[in-house]
Amino acid sequence: MTQDASGYTAAGGRKIGGVLMEMKNITLRFGGVKAITDISFDIRDGEIRAIIGPNGAGKSSMLNVISGFYVPQEGEVWFKGYKRGPMKPYQVARLGIARTFQNIALFDGMSVLDNIMTGRLTMMKSGLLSQAIWWGGAQKEETEHREKVEKIIDFLEIQAIRKTPVGRLPYGLKKRVELARALAAEPKLLLLDEPMAGMNVEEKEDMSRFILDVNDEFGTTIALIEHDMGVVMDLSDRVVVMDYGRKIGDGTPDEVRNNQEVIDAYLGVAHD
Amino acid sequence: MPDQLLFAMEVTLNGLMAGVMYSLVALGFVLIFKASGIFNYAQGVLALFAALTLVGFQDGQVPFAHLINAVFKTNLSTFGWHLPAIVAILLTAAVMVLLAIIIEKFVLKHLVNQPPIILFMATIGMAYFLEGLGDIMWGADIKKLDVGLPQGISETVESVTDSIFGYGFFIDNLDIVATVVAALLVLSLTLFSQYTKYGRALRAVADDHQAALSVGISLRFIWVLVWSIAGIVALVAGIMWGTKSGVQFSLSLIALKALPVLMLGGFTSIPGAIVGGLIIGVGEKLFEFTIGPMIGGATENWFAYVLALVFLVFRPQGLFGEKIIERV
Repeated sequence: MTQDASGYTAAGGRKIGGVLMEMKNITLRFGGVKAITDISFDIRDGEIRAIIGPNGAGKSSMLNVISGFYVPQEGEVWFKGYKRGPMKPYQVARLGIARTFQNIALFDGMSVLDNIMTGRLTMMKSGLLSQAIWWGGAQKEETEHREKVEKIIDFLEIQAIRKTPVGRLPYGLKKRVELARALAAEPKLLLLDEPMAGMNVEEKEDMSRFILDVNDEFGTTIALIEHDMGVVMDLSDRVVVMDYGRKIGDGTPDEVRNNQEVIDAYLGVAHD
Repeated sequence: MPDQLLFAMEVTLNGLMAGVMYSLVALGFVLIFKASGIFNYAQGVLALFAALTLVGFQDGQVPFAHLINAVFKTNLSTFGWHLPAIVAILLTAAVMVLLAIIIEKFVLKHLVNQPPIILFMATIGMAYFLEGLGDIMWGADIKKLDVGLPQGISETVESVTDSIFGYGFFIDNLDIVATVVAALLVLSLTLFSQYTKYGRALRAVADDHQAALSVGISLRFIWVLVWSIAGIVALVAGIMWGTKSGVQFSLSLIALKALPVLMLGGFTSIPGAIVGGLIIGVGEKLFEFTIGPMIGGATENWFAYVLALVFLVFRPQGLFGEKIIERV
């Protein structure tokens, strides 16, 4: 694989573009504990980028840095060619970065449809007054957004549960609704924190298919954390490997698979 | 129809109307509790403050007059104008929004992620602060509030019931107005929260802060919004109670009557606040009417609290509250 500023051609002939997001020398500390130490990597336009590593490697912390939930003590985050200052998570979301959570953060009391509609909140332009009296712009806008949301519902095959309160859904479907809500924001970059954790084989296959379809049909760039190595190697174009808060590998699935340091981290290494 | 039954019907109707007045106060509690998990002890004082400010604007009172007079040896009291009710109400609503912004900026913002008890204590502090501020700004005397709402026995109801049952019901006009206003308020709040973008954001924040952040909702904006709405609901409650019994500082104590209403209806349910208020209103009137004479009367003072206690034992989440389920 050849890489340059303008991108590369991934498996299957997909064109991957230039750098969309770049993490430069990120260090994140909680008190005296270093969760992330001096990590740099980039995410390119249109690719599926995986972050893997053993438990406690700092993967979720990294995702939280990207989505603004944590602010790193050192290092720079660049997005779309601009350096991003310290931002609140809701500001990051408005930049076009959507995410899902490891332990699902949905609005349990709201219906599936309403949950997905919240994904479009930042795109609704009508003001407070118009909304309050439900006049003019507000009504038309609601209808337009509803149509977009219905498309996503079709796409993820969750028509049957549209009106169901999320709290009543089984785990696998909740994960799918969370993905739908993130997609509703039409993100430039989609962050998935263990999208397949706790799923059975069939559910994993469905989710993998959705992730590939999202990338393919909407051209969404995806960064994901996943434990299932089979899934990661099949899905992703490039992989970052973390261990104890450091980056120990970065490259295509094949390159990473054959990296001795990565093998040691996963299988353990004999000390003598 | 026997007289006893007709009388009981009249008592029930009066109870329903009195219940609406409780519901109006309880509504403000529910709004804030739902959106931020804060039990806002200051809700009653907000109603008092709103009523004081409304009277002040209407009568063209100079705010802080006593203070200014004492410091500068002046003799100010009024600007000498009399504002129309609607203008004064709109101005007061603006003051309540401003108050919400100030509360968010100086109190809530600094208490993010604190346990609920801390926030509860903060609202107790706010309650006393606002009570003092109301006193300094507008004076401590009992004021008459008149925004043109009809008061007194409704002759229409009396003559209509008289022609049907041969017995005229005594219903206060103000209670009828309060009922209509409360119904409109609940209807608009429900529509707002179900079908608008901000309502959806509000419910989202009430449900899960982290998820709300991840879809781009600013928590601080939502808090200002919710406290503004609660302030305006307090204004409505203040107008009703102020018209009924004059604007006086004991008005802040009506918040106490809202507590049993909340325990009945559930802290998180807007319909619950309404139904809870109605049950308490009817319950205490009927209890006073039937059992009261046997045990020497004055049951209205404690009936609501005893009923709330019974609910706490058998149904702690209230009638409409979210069921407490722990998944293990």
